[in-house]
Amino acid sequence: MRFIFKTDYAQDLQIVKHSGQAFWYGLLVLAMLAAPLWAGDYWLSQISFVLIYAVAGLGLMVLSGFTGLASIGHAAFLGVGAYVQAVLSAKGWPFPLTMALAAGLSAAVGAVVGLPALWVKGIYLAIATLSFGFIVEEVLARWESVTKGNAGMSVTSPQFFGADLGSSEAFYYIALGTTVLVTLGVLNLLRSATGRAFIAIRDSEISAQSMGIHLAGYKTLAFALSAAIVGLAGALYAHKLRFISPDQFGIVQSVDLLLLVVVGGVGSVHGAFLGAIFLITMPQLIALGKDYLPPAIGQAAGLQAVVYGVVLMAFVLFEPHGLYGRWLKVRTWLQLFPFYRKGMFKRQKSYAKSERLK
Amino acid sequence: MAIVQLLISGISLGCIYALIALGFVLIYKATETVNFAQGELMMLGAFGGLVMMTIFGWSFWLAAPAAVACMFLMGIGLERAVIRPILGQPQFTVVMLTIGVGYTARGLISMIPEIGTETHTLPVPYAGQVMNLGGAVISLEQVAVIGMTAVLCLVLYLMFRYSKLGIAMQAASQNQLAAYYMGIPVRRINGLVWGLSAAVAAIAGLLLAPVTFVHANMGFIGLKAFPAAVVGGFGSLPGAIVGGLVIGLVEAFAGFYLPEGFKDIAAYVVVLIMLVVKPNGLFGGAMRKKV
Repeated sequence: MRFIFKTDYAQDLQIVKHSGQAFWYGLLVLAMLAAPLWAGDYWLSQISFVLIYAVAGLGLMVLSGFTGLASIGHAAFLGVGAYVQAVLSAKGWPFPLTMALAAGLSAAVGAVVGLPALWVKGIYLAIATLSFGFIVEEVLARWESVTKGNAGMSVTSPQFFGADLGSSEAFYYIALGTTVLVTLGVLNLLRSATGRAFIAIRDSEISAQSMGIHLAGYKTLAFALSAAIVGLAGALYAHKLRFISPDQFGIVQSVDLLLLVVVGGVGSVHGAFLGAIFLITMPQLIALGKDYLPPAIGQAAGLQAVVYGVVLMAFVLFEPHGLYGRWLKVRTWLQLFPFYRKGMFKRQKSYAKSERLK
Repeated sequence: MAIVQLLISGISLGCIYALIALGFVLIYKATETVNFAQGELMMLGAFGGLVMMTIFGWSFWLAAPAAVACMFLMGIGLERAVIRPILGQPQFTVVMLTIGVGYTARGLISMIPEIGTETHTLPVPYAGQVMNLGGAVISLEQVAVIGMTAVLCLVLYLMFRYSKLGIAMQAASQNQLAAYYMGIPVRRINGLVWGLSAAVAAIAGLLLAPVTFVHANMGFIGLKAFPAAVVGGFGSLPGAIVGGLVIGLVEAFAGFYLPEGFKDIAAYVVVLIMLVVKPNGLFGGAMRKKV
């Protein structure tokens, strides 16, 4: 077990807390950089998907996990990012510029979606974002001059001043670079005054307000930042799939993103990555498991929905901190062995606090 | 006569939304949680009726109450099994949980061979009949929806107004702690509210079945009932009915007068306008959380 002896307040703000972290994350970065060497085409593509979903998950995490605002329409931002990327790439613009624009436009849409958050919260906000999700999906389907409507549009490979970065390795490095930048960005955000304001709003809006945090401004900012990050993921998503259509950005995708956040662990950066790994590997595990199940169950179309639903329920009921929370428990158990006590991570008992005045 | 026809079809669609929204509001009032699986409960109710009619060979008048009763029990069971353990957790937790319930229900139904994988018609006795009302052709299915909704509203109103159970439910939803001190078994009441809301959903499903069809994804209509509940004010039962009618009418008229595509999102545009203009809905009072 490691004891960190703090001698300086700045230590609380360090991104890398101790040399162990530096070693393991450094190793992870090296392994990821070398991935094209050790992973085949198939696995490289799967890792790219994990990275894309991890970025999207980080975006939703900023909003739901750290600011405490629920959104059931986040696929809309994925869609905005993807379509901006698709349209601008077709014109031959270099990918860093198009991705910045995808994030920017997505952030603008996010700020608009955030407007209801100034008046409403909780369940009303969830319904507002749900509504926005449907509207954006419909706009993507009907604005045929730009988006080619429900027929969908194919996406060219990323361009960079004449160079065509269409190979899977090149795309992998683009996705990896984006993921690293976004992750560092989010970590930095969380230790800044802004990120602390977000967390204060999550924990108690009224006390945050009393401490002088401008609720409207910070909530809009949270929506915009979250949308920008998800927009970046959308831009990557467009290149990865090479073909996008509005129905990919509907309610099912939004719920998938929520599933990612909840299963990974609400309110942790690790959670976004663990959730993304879960979301990508789950369909394949189900496909593997199909062979061992009786055909009546294994071949049924609804199997995946059942598994997702049961997993979601199980996590909400038994492991509200998600996969990352489970890992923390395992790690603590190992560190303290044999002194781990059962109640160490006990969920705090809370009583239903009425939101009604009456 | 197009107006009358649109009006009738809008109202009948609105009644379905209203019934689903009623389920949301019942649960929201009692437990301050929102059930995202309400549409799936409706789907299960419709399938229950279908199975009883086609496989057991029961008549509609026997199968429909049986399906509603089954869903009532199912609602109570659902509350006991998954909702009660996380009572008092943030709202978002229950939202995710009920989304999970909805996924599971939809998946399980579509796993049943020959029933869940196909689209069925519910053989109701009044299928296909039309009424001619001063030049407007109105199908009996729509009349049944409107009539049944009106009856159900009256029954619920009488129950909440006069029955001991209804008054206990009102008390529990206003202040759980005070109600508990007065000797009301709040937990049992919560279970019964979930049962009641599932039963209302089953009625909605049975009424909707002849108008659309019975299939595993029919629960998605529940997503349109959220706007209805919000427009009416999430904590108000009359509000749910009015909100449902507003959304139904807006949708019917948008489908007729506005370009294609507006029909599907009309409800959502209305709810966003509503949230900006009057966030507490038509019937909701101003609320401010106590510290």
